[in-house]
Amino acid sequence: MNCQDSDTGWLLRVRNLTKIYGEPIATSVQYTGPRFNSNICPETDAIVACAEINFDLYPGEVLGIVGESGSGKSTLIQLLYFDQVATAGEVYLSALDEAQTNLLTLSNQRKRHARNTLMGMVYQNPRDGLNFGFSAGGNIAEKLLMAGSFHVGRIRERAAYLLGKTEVPVARMDHTPSTFSGGMQQRVQISKAIANNPPLLFLDEVTSGLDVSVQARVLDLIRQLQRELGVSMIVVSHDLAVIRMLTDRTMVMKNGRIVESGLTDQILQDPQHAYTQLLVSSLL
Amino acid sequence: MIATRKFEHTYNFAFIDERTKREIRRKILKAIAIPGYQVPYSSPEMPIARGWGTGGLHASLSIIGPDDVFKIIDQGSDASVNACNLRDFVRRMTSCRTTFDTAEATLIQTRHRKPEEILTERQIIVFQVPQPEPLRSVERYEFKTRIMHAEADYAKMWVALYESYVKFGAIMNGAGYPVRVNGRYIMTPSPIPRWDVPNLSMAPCLHVFSAGREKRLHCVPPFTRVEPLEFEDVKFRVEEFREIVCAASGGDRAFMDEIYESESTRKFVINDSDFLDKVRLGQRPPQRLFQNPV
Repeated sequence: MNCQDSDTGWLLRVRNLTKIYGEPIATSVQYTGPRFNSNICPETDAIVACAEINFDLYPGEVLGIVGESGSGKSTLIQLLYFDQVATAGEVYLSALDEAQTNLLTLSNQRKRHARNTLMGMVYQNPRDGLNFGFSAGGNIAEKLLMAGSFHVGRIRERAAYLLGKTEVPVARMDHTPSTFSGGMQQRVQISKAIANNPPLLFLDEVTSGLDVSVQARVLDLIRQLQRELGVSMIVVSHDLAVIRMLTDRTMVMKNGRIVESGLTDQILQDPQHAYTQLLVSSLL
Repeated sequence: MIATRKFEHTYNFAFIDERTKREIRRKILKAIAIPGYQVPYSSPEMPIARGWGTGGLHASLSIIGPDDVFKIIDQGSDASVNACNLRDFVRRMTSCRTTFDTAEATLIQTRHRKPEEILTERQIIVFQVPQPEPLRSVERYEFKTRIMHAEADYAKMWVALYESYVKFGAIMNGAGYPVRVNGRYIMTPSPIPRWDVPNLSMAPCLHVFSAGREKRLHCVPPFTRVEPLEFEDVKFRVEEFREIVCAASGGDRAFMDEIYESESTRKFVINDSDFLDKVRLGQRPPQRLFQNPV
């Protein structure tokens, strides 16, 4: 299925998104990528972390991004979440300015507003997504406060509801995440990410570093939340099992480019690109 | 004998040279133009150590004129060591008249209090500020706090207040309660007690806050909104001295010092020494009292 031609109904549209570290020249993008099996510009040693990324995400859809380490998949969602500044490209959200404004050109204030009200992010390392100096409830409160909710009672009700939903004991709401287990920290992060009911959620290697039984429960939780809230997700993982379990559609990245994209089942059953074939065969 | 002229050297009026005074005045004007914004300034050397009231002195000495009547208090008192020494210094350097009377003074320098008596539009009050950055407790990097101010990104400050409420059942910031000035910048009102915070808002006098060690000054111009940060359901409150009367004057409804006499007894005395003197004489100068929400 290729949805890129359809012009209506999408939630997120990404066009030609590019991130280059170092000194880019005109041919940096041309002489890097899977064809050259490198993302380092031969002229200037600039690193083309990702380039020429095009895709549309539809409401309620779960999109997977797979690829080896350094293939640019984390960079891609960090660009979308404004953690990093893109070198070039266009990103549109249907919920923002009726999809007329390129998100990358917004002021920092508006970027932060978009990020707080329209997006959520769950990082691989809970330390990136949570402030360990604040309590679990405080971390969730931060997201709610940034979206303009200044009522302590309501904030606490919402935080308790979210923690209950993500199976964190509500009694531990006022403890700092540093006293939590890894799986609990990850669930607090998920609560924080969905605090404002964002239409779009980014998950960056959420289950890497968790043991298998906890992994399964976190994945169950994400699937359940996705069903209940109907939120669109972009799931980054190097683990094809996670991708198979969560996603409808998958993009395979290598050397900062998308080498193949399609329905997840299709990609896993019948990989077309040589790299995808390698990936699938080495994991089965 | 040929007398040595070396020690006949006299200082410029108000100690600081005119160019530097002009620079500080420019910075004060800028701070007035952007209420609550911290303006960096030169913070020249003074004959006292930085952090001991140099910021206040810079501001006071750069705006004082020969006709000004100067008053200086430290924690409400005209008689504390810091206030006495700085008063002597200002008198020697300017020959200005000094006073204890809040109503008579045209320029008041203060540390940690705003006088109880309502200040008028012909008065300027200068606060000595130890830490001008309200976000320092939640963000230690200066470059980040500047970005946070520029983008009005104050979520961390709010979370800190939320955390305080969750941990202690109340917002515990006692002195230096964070305030929003003119609906924009969050500012620390220097470590004045909460009692004084509502008196900054829509006040007729000019407030100058100056931190010598940190080389920053900020202002609350006359008739400017100053709102303490509060939640919809957890409101800002001032200290309450319910059913407490001053042991020295019998007065009430003022900020009190709690004085322990022995291990078992204590008494309360009005903190503002000039206000205390006036209450003792049977006067009750005009005051603006804040009513805590029920």
